[in-house]
Amino acid sequence: MLGAYPHWFYLPAGIVFGLIFVVPTILSFYYSLTRWTLFDTEFIGLDNYFLFFREPALTSGLRNTIVYAVVTSGLKVVIGLLLAALLTSRIRLRNLLRSIVFFPVLVSTVAVGITFAVLLHPSDGLVNLALGAVGIDGPQWLSDPSIALLSVALVDVWKGVGIALVIFIAGILSIPEEYNEAVRLEGGAWTQFRHITLPLSRNATFTVILLSFIGGLRTFDLIWTMTRGGPGFASDVIASTIYKQYQAGFYGLATAGNVILFIGVAVLVYPMMRFFARREIEL
Amino acid sequence: MTIVRFVRAWWLDAVSLAVAGIVFIVPFVFIVLMAAKDRVEAQRFEFSPPSEWLLFPNIAEVLDARNGIVVTAMRNSLILTVASVTILVVLSAMVGYVLQRRRDRIGSVVTALMLAGLIIPPAIVPTIYVLQSIGLFKTLVGLTLVEVAFQLPFSVLIFRTFVSSIPRELDEAAIIDGASSFQLFTHVIFPLLRPAMITVIVVSAVAVYNDFVNPLYFLPGTENATVQLTLFNFISQMNSRWHLLFADVLLLTIPPLVMFIFFQRQIVSGMAAGAVKG
Repeated sequence: MLGAYPHWFYLPAGIVFGLIFVVPTILSFYYSLTRWTLFDTEFIGLDNYFLFFREPALTSGLRNTIVYAVVTSGLKVVIGLLLAALLTSRIRLRNLLRSIVFFPVLVSTVAVGITFAVLLHPSDGLVNLALGAVGIDGPQWLSDPSIALLSVALVDVWKGVGIALVIFIAGILSIPEEYNEAVRLEGGAWTQFRHITLPLSRNATFTVILLSFIGGLRTFDLIWTMTRGGPGFASDVIASTIYKQYQAGFYGLATAGNVILFIGVAVLVYPMMRFFARREIEL
Repeated sequence: MTIVRFVRAWWLDAVSLAVAGIVFIVPFVFIVLMAAKDRVEAQRFEFSPPSEWLLFPNIAEVLDARNGIVVTAMRNSLILTVASVTILVVLSAMVGYVLQRRRDRIGSVVTALMLAGLIIPPAIVPTIYVLQSIGLFKTLVGLTLVEVAFQLPFSVLIFRTFVSSIPRELDEAAIIDGASSFQLFTHVIFPLLRPAMITVIVVSAVAVYNDFVNPLYFLPGTENATVQLTLFNFISQMNSRWHLLFADVLLLTIPPLVMFIFFQRQIVSGMAAGAVKG
């Protein structure tokens, strides 16, 4: 019977995936050790890596990447879970509200970046005008080096929280109804959230953390559209430094950045996956 | 009494809708307002209706800008999206099907590669190097292959999960009736994959259409532009003609909106399912 499922079915996909993904990934380890112009390579050992960890403009990119991934995934978990609890309750407009929160997921990142760059304009932007109307002096969201990265992270959460929401909703809806009924006799909505929804959506929480953490580490489009890594290098992340090095013709250095990102993702994400897999719960 | 009951029944809905409206709908209304203003009004960034609605003239001007590059970009994006999604569906259905039916060592290697593909960021410059050495760098064909490769892991996992719901007895019956393994796939299995196919088509079409990073690296140059790349380049080229920039934003947001209206359920379930597997 196994003859009915021939191995050559893997072949077309294997050629494309091998050529475009596997081969470049393997090559990247070698080319990251070279000074590279695409036509010519010179082996220089670990120099590119030393540069990445010594040059202040590049090390700030490493730190920013971690901050960005932690902030966005943390906020997506908290906001996503609270929204999911609200939108699985008896609220009548739940379907409309789900659609409203989810739609930005489908809008292009460049479009979102342009729109919010204008909305966050320090003096004329709608956000600061609204804050001013209630007596709050809004910050220079994108031009103050100390908060530019966080401002972009907030827009990322605005755009991406819809995915967290649908994952949490799926998780909450898989909780057996008996549990909720049992607790409803004892206490109110808060008891239900605290003792049923929160602990039993653990699997969904792990999924959201992993997905948004990986996405956060790889982030590029939104930062590039909104700040291009600026002001200065204040909101540069690894992916944007890779692009800058590539543009400047430092192909070996750009590739070293790719390998660092690769290793960073593996070193941070793999233990998380193991930890989560061990603590997963059966419903 | 009835007022009290009404308030008690609806206050949470009203508050939620108001907050969602301010946070999520106002930015989209803002896009429309900006796209309908004239140049001077748009520069003030105010959240107010335009004194004269110029939405269609502005869109016409965007379509006309820079020798109609937006129209070229739309054509390129359409070709790119249709071609990559078509190839993707066929290739990943084949892999997902055999992967689910055959549990062997090659299968576990394939699964490991797919998981790696979901997690590992692609190595950009080496990919350019490979594309250049096979003559596909800066071509729409090359970018199509890139999109297929990067979307493959997600689609394979969707198809693999779905194939497990198709009973093996069906395969056996077809084989006994004299179908070859290829016919079994093309005539029996492939038509049954429709629901999974719709999910893969919709989710990856949106992803490819919205993609900015890969066109930026693998399809640079003005005549080849895709819609997202054109929009990005407009930021500097339109120098403060904000009404046109936002008219372009509005224009490019219509296709995902249409997709959302017709396929909301598939998109949402697909993203949740893909996420759980990943």
